[in-house]
Amino acid sequence: MPILGTVASQFSSKPFGSYESIQTVTVGAGGTASINFTSIPATYKHLQIRYTAASNRSNYNVDLPSMQVGNTTIDTGNNYSTHNVGRRSDGALAADGGASGNQMYFMYVASSALITNTFGVGIIDILDYANTNKYKTFRALTGCDLNGMPSSQGGALSLASANWMSTLAITNIRFTPVIGPLFTQYSSFALYGIKG
Amino acid sequence: MASTYEKIATTTLGTAAGTVTFSSISGAYTDLVVVFVGKLSAAATCFLRYNNDSGSNYSQINVIGDGSTGAINQIRANQTGFRLYDVSVSSNNINILIFNINNYSNTTTYKTTLHRCSDTGGTSEVGMGVSSWRDTSAINRLDFVTGAGTWSVGSTFTIYGILAA
Repeated sequence: MPILGTVASQFSSKPFGSYESIQTVTVGAGGTASINFTSIPATYKHLQIRYTAASNRSNYNVDLPSMQVGNTTIDTGNNYSTHNVGRRSDGALAADGGASGNQMYFMYVASSALITNTFGVGIIDILDYANTNKYKTFRALTGCDLNGMPSSQGGALSLASANWMSTLAITNIRFTPVIGPLFTQYSSFALYGIKG
Repeated sequence: MASTYEKIATTTLGTAAGTVTFSSISGAYTDLVVVFVGKLSAAATCFLRYNNDSGSNYSQINVIGDGSTGAINQIRANQTGFRLYDVSVSSNNINILIFNINNYSNTTTYKTTLHRCSDTGGTSEVGMGVSSWRDTSAINRLDFVTGAGTWSVGSTFTIYGILAA
């Protein structure tokens, strides 16, 4: 039952007015040590980040980059907490988390150690990011799949929530491949704003 | 700034179908979001395939809860399609499947998809997963394929496109 084949040009595509692209960072040849979004406007209700990424970590199949946020500058204090459920990179079922850390860990990306051309992906929502009366809550679904390698570990998957214990509006976001040490070429992070 | 989340195509089945195909999908977006709301006429293994590729080029990880056996931790390598969950065959209950295909139109990387599933019939599962299609081609076609039976009348398939700045 073909649907689009002969009628694709006839569809009237009407954009949803509440979802806008703010900025995209795509990594070029040579890689980069961090991805930064700065001066994020407070004109939206929520933010969403959609990424496709890999790191050059050479000693393992999966990397676990960190995420930090801040107002004007990145907060590197012990003001973050994270909870995950999913599948860890060693193949075990995951149900873990951490309190009072200096960064959030819930992002899986593929490393270049095992399979070329393979990238991890993720969708991260930051709810009420500009509100100055409450701490900021994150939710994310991230993962990478490595076709069962190595030793049936096969990649990793995370459904996560996280918290930045600050009432400041978020204007800055940073992603760092903690082990990498670089995000590799073709990695891409796209920041979107959702109006309330 | 320009709005960037658009409906590309949608269909609600007026006649039961064994395969539902979206072809000639534009490469003008960055990500695709695919939403299925519906059910099957008979229990079957179902697949989502990209570009009509039925080779053993798919793999996936699933974490599923069925309410009785605790969390199910699945891995599937070298599959002939992106295997869908236990899609409902109950008369009154439906499945909701949401797929996020990031960077679907690039021609450099393999394609990775995140998905979520809610099944209110059958074994009533909730799940999530990540899958890989080991091909660097841009995705321009999606096929929802049933191993037996048909996608039921009233099932809805919708594709959205998201364009990054």
